[in-house]
Amino acid sequence: MSLSEEARPQQAKTPARRRLDALRTPRRFSADDLFETSSTIFAAIIILIIVVTSVLLIRGSIPVLQSFKTGFFTGTNWISVAGSESYGVLPYVLGTLVTSAIAVAVGVPLSLGIAIFLAEMAPWSLRNALSRVIELLAAVPSIIYGFWGLFVFRFWVRDYLEAPISSYVGAFPVFQGTPFGLDILTAGLILAIMIIPTVSSISKDVMMAVPSSQREAAYSIGATRWEVVRTGVLGYARSGIFGAIILGLGRAVGETMAVTMVIGNASGPAALPTSLFKQGATMASVIANEFSEAEPGSLHLSALIGIGLTLFLSAIVINVFAQLMVWKVLKVRAGSVE
Amino acid sequence: MESLEGSSGVRRVVLSNQSFRRFKDKLAYGLGVLCVVLAMLPLASILFEVVGKGLPAISLGFLTKTTGNITDPSSGIGNAIEGTLILIGVTSLIAVPIGLLAGIYLAEFGDNKFGRTIRFLNDVLAEFPSIVIGILAFSVVVIAIGHFSAIAGAVALSIIMLPIVTRTTEESIKLVPSSIRDASMALGIRRWRSSLSIVLVTAKDGVITGILLSIARISGETAPLLLTVLGSGFFFSGLDQPIDALPLRIFTDYKNSNYPSPLAQGWGAALVLIMLVLGLNLSVRLLTRGRSSFARARA
Repeated sequence: MSLSEEARPQQAKTPARRRLDALRTPRRFSADDLFETSSTIFAAIIILIIVVTSVLLIRGSIPVLQSFKTGFFTGTNWISVAGSESYGVLPYVLGTLVTSAIAVAVGVPLSLGIAIFLAEMAPWSLRNALSRVIELLAAVPSIIYGFWGLFVFRFWVRDYLEAPISSYVGAFPVFQGTPFGLDILTAGLILAIMIIPTVSSISKDVMMAVPSSQREAAYSIGATRWEVVRTGVLGYARSGIFGAIILGLGRAVGETMAVTMVIGNASGPAALPTSLFKQGATMASVIANEFSEAEPGSLHLSALIGIGLTLFLSAIVINVFAQLMVWKVLKVRAGSVE
Repeated sequence: MESLEGSSGVRRVVLSNQSFRRFKDKLAYGLGVLCVVLAMLPLASILFEVVGKGLPAISLGFLTKTTGNITDPSSGIGNAIEGTLILIGVTSLIAVPIGLLAGIYLAEFGDNKFGRTIRFLNDVLAEFPSIVIGILAFSVVVIAIGHFSAIAGAVALSIIMLPIVTRTTEESIKLVPSSIRDASMALGIRRWRSSLSIVLVTAKDGVITGILLSIARISGETAPLLLTVLGSGFFFSGLDQPIDALPLRIFTDYKNSNYPSPLAQGWGAALVLIMLVLGLNLSVRLLTRGRSSFARARA
């Protein structure tokens, strides 16, 4: 439909039409034009912000990239003492990867369970109320997750998860170290809680966008409710759910405060995530911890902006990918169901 | 004979299979309930702990006095509350007009390539790590002024607020029935006038919802403030000076949590912050029953 509408004016540009246009009074610059132009300019601010962010991050990280070249991405040292400065982001990149992986591994099954339950199984009277409660998890500020994580959740993890694991399978390299509660595992689990509302509510929307003919077809050949979900709904909603998971991953990668408060904040090679029970650091937590201490114009600041650039690039890649996946599914809904 | 035996065997298989299938269905339901309960557990615990540990700290002096010495038990969070309110105000002044016009553009003129690009980038911007936005505001405003300042924080927060306002404005305007727009056009009202006075006014509930949700979101943001505002122990002394904010106060209290009074203060500030944020969210959710949860989940 939109194609034919766009094509029509082009076809209509016959000489007759052009003469007709010339006969009309010349268009003056009207208030409507001003309105359209100004609102376009304001919309373009969004592009401007993204461009300025990229330029500033790249410009800010040039000094550290010139000093360390690719060593900035492969190095493990992080020494900000003047004279023996050395900056490598590898431990923090790995820390971000490991904590986000834990978040996805733990948070996604829970979120999908919630989404399936709320979209397909729960009693109708409960669906809205429960969705709203789950969405409230997204409203809690991350600093409060951090505070709660530090004074409450940390002890749950230490006593009910880490202590048993440590006493039974503590010999495995990934579980080495004393269970302390302020470590990579706790940070990953806090992130898992924090991505639940994102992943579950978008997956739920995607599942609800699946045409009901899919469900009816499955029911009509005698499928149980679970089989309807598994065969009729999940397959259809697959790419949207995948997008929701990637969006959750994006949230986990960029999350700062809660992680900073529970990960233990190791530095340099000590932050390499060799064990889940080790104190670590993520890209975001290092920026949050050290940014206000770095002197303007120093190599230290440049290194932190370099981490910001790395974080920015990963977030852009993750989000562009996720938005494309979610859009593909929800755009269908906008036209067909609603 | 043989075929009969075979068919009864099949029937038995089908029957047992059917009860197994029923069992699987029940199991899936049970797991669903379990997932919901597991997800609500942290929320319940957070509310329980914050109210339980924060309530004893709350008093009139706590809400109005400035933060004093670490060891001073009578210090308050008045400056942090004031700072958060000022940041919300200045941020809204920057982000709401831009977001409204950008949203109007997307809804009214955005059905082309440029509009689709903006819409896409807006969604990407909404998911930016907030600490990266902090670096942006630092590089632009803090470097320009030469020191940490309230206005730098407001700039950072408005970049977080902008995509949410844009998105919800666009969605609410699109919900306005075209008959209303047609009616205004039929009366000969200019397009800009009809967009602002008729369509936007009709969509105002959704727009206000978006603004309130974005305020809830930014009032809890901490990471960009660490890089731009820094925090302060005093009342507001100018937009170009550092300022305090509730999330920053909680973070400072976390750093000093070895002392007893910052710890109590942190829980108290957390209670005030969570009441502000959840209060905004709950009131919005009660006002907008049945709206799409898509925008809410993003906000």
